[in-house]
Amino acid sequence: MNNRLINWFKFASPQSFYPLAGRMIPWFWALTAAFGVAGLWISFFVAPTDAQQGEGYRIIFIHVPASWMSMFIYCIMAGWAGLGLVFNTRLSGMMASALAPTGALMAFLSLWTGALWGKPMWGAWWVWDARLTSELILFFLYIGFIALQAAIDDPRRADKAGAILALVGVVNVPIIYFSVKWWNTLHQGSTINLTKAPSMAQTMLWGMLLMALCFWMYSIAVALMRARAIILERETHTEWVKQLDEVKS
Amino acid sequence: MNSLLAVIRRDLLLAMRRKSEVLTALFFFMIVVSLFPLGIGPEPALLRKIAPGVLWVAALLATMLGLQRMFAPDHADGTLEQMALSPTPMGLLVGGKIAAHWLVSGLPLVLLAPVLGLQFDLDAGALGVLVVALLIGTPLLSLIGAIGAALTLGVRGGGVLLSVLVLPLYVPALIFGAGAVEAHISGLGAGGHLSLLAALLALAVFFAPWATTAALRIALE
Amino acid sequence: MTWNSPAEFFAMGGYALYVWGSFGVTALALLMEPFLVRHRRSAILRSLRRERLAEELDQQ
Repeated sequence: MNNRLINWFKFASPQSFYPLAGRMIPWFWALTAAFGVAGLWISFFVAPTDAQQGEGYRIIFIHVPASWMSMFIYCIMAGWAGLGLVFNTRLSGMMASALAPTGALMAFLSLWTGALWGKPMWGAWWVWDARLTSELILFFLYIGFIALQAAIDDPRRADKAGAILALVGVVNVPIIYFSVKWWNTLHQGSTINLTKAPSMAQTMLWGMLLMALCFWMYSIAVALMRARAIILERETHTEWVKQLDEVKS
Repeated sequence: MNSLLAVIRRDLLLAMRRKSEVLTALFFFMIVVSLFPLGIGPEPALLRKIAPGVLWVAALLATMLGLQRMFAPDHADGTLEQMALSPTPMGLLVGGKIAAHWLVSGLPLVLLAPVLGLQFDLDAGALGVLVVALLIGTPLLSLIGAIGAALTLGVRGGGVLLSVLVLPLYVPALIFGAGAVEAHISGLGAGGHLSLLAALLALAVFFAPWATTAALRIALE
Repeated sequence: MTWNSPAEFFAMGGYALYVWGSFGVTALALLMEPFLVRHRRSAILRSLRRERLAEELDQQ
């Protein structure tokens, strides 16, 4: 038991995580490419034209995965943050800050593609739909996290302060979603039902799942890359960093 | 309990010594609210419609003004470190500071709001609901704001950063608070909104002092 | 197959702006992000190498 714990924590040190992440990154890129090619093939060439929305519906193949990832990454980020606060491991904070920009990017892409989908389908670039509004607030939460970490010079303090903010945020996300939904139903005057998605054909679902997997693998790959850069930035004066091949050459 | 009251009394005394700051926040609230009819136009029907939202948004912004000073002076003169080392649980002392912040910057807004509501042609019932909603909602704003104030303690660009952190978290309070008044005006009854707002307040009373304490300990390290 | 010609594919049934606007910006963003991260990495590596070189010169 004790032995196993030690093994587990071994990878929690930046020194052993750095080469491990380096070995994992190419695999995640390969998976990203594989899922991406398969997903794009289905989204453009296999999935049939939608009866109501024509070809415009093909945007959901990136809109939905981006929205999923934006929420999922926030939860993972809060998970790392919680681990960092409980076990006081340095790696957790680095992972949380490595994930935040990717999560913010996913939230932005979700908003951007949502607007481009909304314009032809609902006739407006932006509607105060419950999901879009919550996504916007989620984007603000990411920006707050990044801004807070950027404003604190001491990395250990930045990690811990960010961790508390992420945990407060993750408690608030469901409350915000619920309140926005409540607000939306109250104010839905004569507008059409905006949450109506095109009826999902089996192939569409497959395309969306593959694209979601592609986004997922991408997020892992890019977060690992960023984590490695953060490790180098923070461990500049340690001996092991000086002994790295990429530094020696 | 005694130490809680002592903290509240001390903070109120300190606030009395710098009355101008408290009054400035109040005037800010009044001015922001009065700007909206000038920007939108004086039709009573329109004003009645926007009144709950305008009053609530102005209340959010006015609460933000005092937040930064919630812990900063105590941090500067070392009182905060004394609190962290004292035998009383720090969460309790922090709770006292939050309560004092609400008494100084939240309660006056609640009292002033019905007067400003008259500018927007709200009837007596709506004004009553507005006061009750603000009475439940402003402590919630102080509690959530305290977390942000503790996180940004001594951080550069603290003021702007604080609003970026805290305002998105204020969204549920805004929705249920302004929604209560709107629901009352449209004849739906404000009960549901008010009880949800009260539930949020209960949740925040439980968690916010704890999170604030954790954030303060990080700032003190 | 849904498409009869490449032109039809790129026209997206009249939704070209929206579909290609979404996919294009997404592709651009997902290509830019790793590029920026790599840039960040090479910047820190460069400064690490410089530091190492300075140390070696010091020892000599």
